[in-house]
Amino acid sequence: MNAIPTRRSEPSRPVLEVENLRVSYGSAQRPIHVVNDVSFSVRPGEALGIVGESGCGKSQTMLAVLRLLSGSGRITAGRARFEGQDLAALSARQMRRIRGHGLALISQDALSALNPSMRIGAQMAEPLVRYDGMSRGDARKRCIELLEMVGIPGAATRLAAYPHELSGGMRQRVLIAMAISGNPKLLIADEPTTALDVTIQAQILRLIDRLRRELGMALVLITHDLGVVAGVSDTIAVMYAGRVVETAETDRLFETPRHPYTRALLDSIPKLDAPADRRLQPIAGLPPDPLRPLSGCPFHPRCSHAEPRCTDGLPALEAKEPGSGHLIRCVIDPWRAAAAGGRTSGLTGASRP
Amino acid sequence: MTTTRNAMPQAGDEGIVVDGLKVQFPIRSGVFRRQTGIVRAVDGVSFDIPAGTTVGLVGESGSGKTTTGRALLGLAPVSGGGVRIFGESQAELAARPGALPRTCQLVFQDPFASLNPRMTVGAALSEVLAVHGLAGREERARRVQTLLDGVGLRPEMADRHPVELSGGQRQRVAIARALAVEPRFIVLDEVVSALDVSIQGQILNLLIDLQRERGLTYLFITHDLGVVRYVSQRIVVMYGGKVMETAPRDRLFSVPHHPYTHALLSAVPLPDPKAERARARLDVRSEPPDPAAPPPGCRFQRSCPFATDLCRSEEPPLRPVAADHLAACHHMERPEVRQALTTATQGVSA
Repeated sequence: MNAIPTRRSEPSRPVLEVENLRVSYGSAQRPIHVVNDVSFSVRPGEALGIVGESGCGKSQTMLAVLRLLSGSGRITAGRARFEGQDLAALSARQMRRIRGHGLALISQDALSALNPSMRIGAQMAEPLVRYDGMSRGDARKRCIELLEMVGIPGAATRLAAYPHELSGGMRQRVLIAMAISGNPKLLIADEPTTALDVTIQAQILRLIDRLRRELGMALVLITHDLGVVAGVSDTIAVMYAGRVVETAETDRLFETPRHPYTRALLDSIPKLDAPADRRLQPIAGLPPDPLRPLSGCPFHPRCSHAEPRCTDGLPALEAKEPGSGHLIRCVIDPWRAAAAGGRTSGLTGASRP
Repeated sequence: MTTTRNAMPQAGDEGIVVDGLKVQFPIRSGVFRRQTGIVRAVDGVSFDIPAGTTVGLVGESGSGKTTTGRALLGLAPVSGGGVRIFGESQAELAARPGALPRTCQLVFQDPFASLNPRMTVGAALSEVLAVHGLAGREERARRVQTLLDGVGLRPEMADRHPVELSGGQRQRVAIARALAVEPRFIVLDEVVSALDVSIQGQILNLLIDLQRERGLTYLFITHDLGVVRYVSQRIVVMYGGKVMETAPRDRLFSVPHHPYTHALLSAVPLPDPKAERARARLDVRSEPPDPAAPPPGCRFQRSCPFATDLCRSEEPPLRPVAADHLAACHHMERPEVRQALTTATQGVSA
């Protein structure tokens, strides 16, 4: 293990910078944009949560960064830089080296990410032997060390197990062990706990958080669950219909959510501490169809604060208070006054006694 | 709905009574498929659902919650104990052709898997009416419209195929199909788990409205404690095929007694970073016991921080901790256990 950089030790260069990224499918004549004008950056050791519902583009953004888009999917505008290098300009061979040693991915479905016909030890050792030139014996030692790091008991005996012999939580731990085996600078976790039971989910989230701190990795956590990012991320980007609609530091976002979509999403979560006899407050309607993009703000048909001017053009993602780092894409900004006053009343975050 | 077969239930009407239910599956192996073991998926489960109310059945994978629901509908073999459905035994109901499915219906997690992709929504609903002889050919189209209207879908949805619908719309169709036979009891198995959170509330509110309008009785099966709290009057917590705790909703969330209930509550991620950082957690270390070879004693012993030799030898009975509140733990009254559990629920329940 190399020296462990501490979080926020120095204002260092971002590990990952995504600028005005657009991802499109379909033909060049009639492209369908699934990610539009997405920008963010992640500094060393920092944890960014990307939150949104099905089809919002959160996974497509990170697949584009990793150059793992399928079919006709491609980056049609903007760029993604890893430690200053434009990822789109790299050769396949250079990209392979970055995936693993620079960027590593943990996906939702550990069973399909693992080879069912290969023992755990063999699939963990393969990249170590093949790409890092380790001897078989060293690779084995390293695998045991990695399995111990992710909290798998009896690591040496587990090397001989096949994926189906492990529980879902154990498989996800193996996947995490494989992801950190190349000492990545940035770990991308795409819904890493969605398929798991709630008690196992809590363990895996704490494991990811612990490893990030111990290894000084940056983290991008992609999830639909605002509860999951609340405990793990330093900053959060909320996506809707292929765009970032709000981004802020985690505490600030939960205390003073400013975009009507973020608010509505928080209000729709069934909470453990709100009066149970109150009706749930779902968001009316459905997200827009990417085949038929809307003019103006993509959330306006579902927004309870929408005004006629919301259809005039796409609002810019901007800081309403300069320097706050709290950006929203909304021309109405209904909670401007409340945010200026510091805290909001309302149903979320700040309502706790 | 224009016609209602069933009168609204009165308070105290017998609803669903589950008494010592057991569901076992044989394990067969070898060339001769000899039985070499037995999986006790549900091992002596008892609870009641008063008519017109909802019981939330909560547990994780392998807890036996889904098998319990299926056994109530006659879809899993009952190997012991009994089920009474509105005053009749399940066996009596099953003996009358069509009576069980007309009284009890099931809605699954994934309506994409339970709807025929080649059939329009209208055809799928009309088929149910035809199979049960509930409407003549001419009347069916009108009844389909009534059903769609009842679940908040526009009339033109009748001509759509499942692939053209969103997840929430498909789940509405699945609910309409269950309602077509005008059942009195519906088992709802993870019905909102596959939906986006902004859509979940639409379906949950619909289910609550339908229950109020029609006096339906629900068994709401889920792993999600947040969701179950909004729809249930009573909650049953299962683990390893057994009931660990059962109580009225607010009691379960405010004074849970079983360490497993605590572990579940303290694992739910809260959408509040300060509360997340501040909360004390009760860790569950291992995974549920093998249902083919459960350990002697308590099913939760290997994961429980309070387990003693007693827990490893003697199975704790489900016993009252207060009126209408039962839990199965040897140590739930011990002061140190109460203390630890009270800390773990702080910030979780109101």
